[in-house]
Amino acid sequence: MARTFHLHAGFASLDQEIKPPLSADEAHAEANRCLFCYDAPCTRACPTHIDVPLFIQQIATGNTAGSARTIFSENVLGNSCARVCPTEVLCEGACVLNDQHRPIAIGSLQRFATDHALSQGQPIVRATRPLRSAVAPVGIIGAGPAGLSCAAELLRLGYASVLYEQAERPGGLNTYGVAQYKMTPRVSLQEVEALVRAGLDIRCGIRVGHDISLSELQTRHPALFVGVGMGRIPGIGLAGEDHAAVWDALDFIALLKASSDAGHGSPSAQALRRNLHGASVAVIGGGNTSIDVVTQAVRAGAKKVWLLYRKGPSEMPAYAHEVHLALEHGSELVYYAVPERIVAEDESRLRGIAICVVHADGAAVAGPHGPRDKTSALLECSVVVRATGQRGAELVASLPVESERGVIKVDAQGRTSNPRFYAGGDCISGGQEVVNAVEAGKRAARAMVHDILEKLPQEAV
Amino acid sequence: MADLSVEFCGIKSPNPFWLASAPPTNTGDQIMRAFDAGWGGAVWKTLGEPIINVSSRYSSVDYRGQRMHGLNNIELITDRPLDVNFREIAEVKRRYPGHALIVSLMVESKREAWHAMVRRAEEAGADGIELNFGCPHGMSERGMGSAVGQVPDYTCQIVTWVKEVARVPVIVKLTPNVTDVVYPARAAQKGGADAVSLINTINSITGVDLDTFTPRPDVHGYSSHGGYCGPAVKPIALNMVAAVAHETQGLPISGIGGISTWRDAVEFMLLGATTVQVCTAVMHHGFRIIHDLCDGLSSYLDQKGMTSVRELVGRSTARVKRWEQLDLNYRVIAHVEQSRCIGCGLCYVACNDGAHQAIAAQPDDRGRTQVEILEHKCVGCNLCSLVCPVESCITMRRIDAFGEAQLPWTEYNKNPSAHPHVRSNRHDS
Ligand SMILES: Cc1cc2nc3c(=O)[nH]c(=O)nc-3n(C[C@H](O)[C@H](O)[C@H](O)COP(=O)(O)OP(=O)(O)OC[C@H]3O[C@@H](n4cnc5c(N)ncnc54)[C@H](O)[C@@H]3O)c2cc1C
Ligand SMILES: Cc1cc2nc3c(=O)[nH]c(=O)nc-3n(C[C@H](O)[C@H](O)[C@H](O)COP(=O)(O)O)c2cc1C
Ligand code: SF4
Repeated sequence: MARTFHLHAGFASLDQEIKPPLSADEAHAEANRCLFCYDAPCTRACPTHIDVPLFIQQIATGNTAGSARTIFSENVLGNSCARVCPTEVLCEGACVLNDQHRPIAIGSLQRFATDHALSQGQPIVRATRPLRSAVAPVGIIGAGPAGLSCAAELLRLGYASVLYEQAERPGGLNTYGVAQYKMTPRVSLQEVEALVRAGLDIRCGIRVGHDISLSELQTRHPALFVGVGMGRIPGIGLAGEDHAAVWDALDFIALLKASSDAGHGSPSAQALRRNLHGASVAVIGGGNTSIDVVTQAVRAGAKKVWLLYRKGPSEMPAYAHEVHLALEHGSELVYYAVPERIVAEDESRLRGIAICVVHADGAAVAGPHGPRDKTSALLECSVVVRATGQRGAELVASLPVESERGVIKVDAQGRTSNPRFYAGGDCISGGQEVVNAVEAGKRAARAMVHDILEKLPQEAV
Repeated sequence: MADLSVEFCGIKSPNPFWLASAPPTNTGDQIMRAFDAGWGGAVWKTLGEPIINVSSRYSSVDYRGQRMHGLNNIELITDRPLDVNFREIAEVKRRYPGHALIVSLMVESKREAWHAMVRRAEEAGADGIELNFGCPHGMSERGMGSAVGQVPDYTCQIVTWVKEVARVPVIVKLTPNVTDVVYPARAAQKGGADAVSLINTINSITGVDLDTFTPRPDVHGYSSHGGYCGPAVKPIALNMVAAVAHETQGLPISGIGGISTWRDAVEFMLLGATTVQVCTAVMHHGFRIIHDLCDGLSSYLDQKGMTSVRELVGRSTARVKRWEQLDLNYRVIAHVEQSRCIGCGLCYVACNDGAHQAIAAQPDDRGRTQVEILEHKCVGCNLCSLVCPVESCITMRRIDAFGEAQLPWTEYNKNPSAHPHVRSNRHDS
């Protein structure tokens, strides 16, 4: 069941962008290929419903500023989405030209227009009317994509908000989580800075429920938006899994990203980077996060990377194009691989991970090194990464809203069971894409304005 | 944000973009949807005694994978009853009082017939009247359309009749199917026209089916010459607009012909048009193109520090001179930015076979074509920079050959021997 592709000699480094920017020539040639479809499938496939044919037409006519305005009007994180969206299954996947030859490079064109706009200092949003007063009627918990989008939409509609963010830096997983070769923290932060220049008020280093209480927040703001994302990856009950060389994928990625942060990497980040060089890495999981770990480990210099997935290829939740990418990076995919226990060499080093490769019907099948029986085999490796499911964010359980296993229940507009609370992003979906979080934040902002803010007395908004 | 509103011979319009008289303005429903989408005005599909159309009616020229670079039609004026049209005109005007609604007319060449039609259009609420002296097929055989537009005296005569009764501005739509469009333009002005619009479609046959031998469009095995429009005709239209603007100083112009983007519109305005009209681009992509037309124009004006469309109009008219007024002392030669060159060899073959043999080409040490401009042979024709597929790879640079002294042909012609260098720079011998 294992498929092996060989690592390209000198595979791209961690930071090297997987999709480099288009030159002006390329962008114009590509824009002119667009058919300018009516009621376009790409626009329908985009969760934020950007008017794709229009923004592409605007690139073609040389109205790049207008193109970016078109994008930002529906998606304030249009610049990061251009880099991180799985366009293969969204806009580009819906392009009518797929049937003819090849789809329009919508993500790259979106990047062309929005990179240009940000480099020119073009504002992402503008209030359509003056803010009514200095007090912020809305408190937003979490400055990830959902929270930022909510705040920006509120600003557009003329309402101020305050974003409370526990991390040192804003952006959520855009800053700390997405694969480094798709987007660096610097790019994510530049986008957030542009939003701050437009008027967003972000307060970092404040953990709601710890540094400020929920009740205090409720007295400060008549309406609250929860955009706390998902939480950590819990243990999977593997013997020995608390070993120092066994990682939570999110910590692993965040630290790897920090290690290449233009010389600012912390000592622990640098240590991880050193350890990975020439290492063998076993990644447990089958979702897109596990792929991100695989590809980044390879790019960071690991010599051998296995992806261990409990079930078969058809059950694997990762996108086909992402699986393909992992294979292109030379990793080895092991299906029906059930991890049994971590085998330690000593306190800081591993011997490997014991796995059992079993088919769904219970029969033993081929393992990474030829056929294996049902008894466990040791996969020798120096690093193990758990990229299994995240649990809900910590704060969710203490919120006065209905939730189920850490995921907040909402209607289509982000209304929770509590009329003062709205929510959006990963904390309502259990984990989707950045673009879904942007749409959820935008919708909730509109619902808040309609339900609460419009009705507040003048001096309160 | 710049002000896009314009006033065109007394007709106010929220922006300079009008739909040309054509299928997109067939019905009131279409025009109202267009106004909702953002169009500033519309010229109603030409009204006259109802006719019968053939099927099929259109054919096109595709170019390099792009559809409808040029569009050809053998359609006539409206085929809907006049009273239905007038009723709808009244309704549109009532619902959209702030938009410009022009009614296009084509009538038998009789004074009374014109008087009657003009009155009906005004009663329905038209803000202006456009006289269709341009339709090149079907109607011309009946003594209307381009049959009028091609004879300046007829043009003048009919405009005079119309002006006898018209209370709203009268726009004359000119046909390009003449040797020099300036003559009918002057005739329209003489007859008292308040403005002209141009161009209507150009006589054309777009192609022939190689299997059936029937030219397109096919009407039961035969075809007829039609009228050509769309992006392909823009350069012809621009030249005519510039010529008319030059010759009829001050007469407002509505520019038409191949406009699909805000850039096209700006060019028409720079050469003298106050409003522009669009047909093919809307037939191709729908009313929604108005979004980027307005947004692009507005961004452009802001970028140029202009506050209104008026500042654009005619800015380039004086830059179109007669050839003999151009400076023979001004010289440019091609420059290749080697770091951008991709080695396609297109400039070399173009210059070598099609121009002045002023580019040398040879493989470099990796076998890639490397080109070099032979400056002493380059005449500065632009061809290499036009064929080069890479942005800003070949640029034309001015060389300071003769200082600042200008030398138009008119001066040179008075005493050629006084300027030997002009010849010697252009010939090998
Ligand atoms: C490894 C990984 C890779 C991914 N790659 C992609 C990708 O390539 N493309 C893509 O589209 N999507 C990707 N995603 C998904 C995407 O990152 C998320 O869907 C998106 O970030 C969700 O946005 P959010 O605002 O809901 O949550 P988050 O981005 O998680 O942001 C939540 C924010 O809330 C803060 N917060 C939490 N609790 C508190 C509290 N109590 N007080 C104050 N602040 C708090 C957090 O610190 C965080 O900043 C990836 C996800 C992961 C895990
Ligand atoms: C199918 C078709 C029908 C047209 N009918 C008329 C008409 O009834 N009256 C008229 O003045 N012009 C008519 N025109 C000409 C257009 O108004 C316009 O002058 C011409 O198409 C050039 O503009 P464009 O390049 O934007 O299409 C017609 C054009 C087309 C394509
Ligand atoms: S566009 Fe097509 S469907 Fe519409 S009238 Fe013409 S031929 Fe018929």
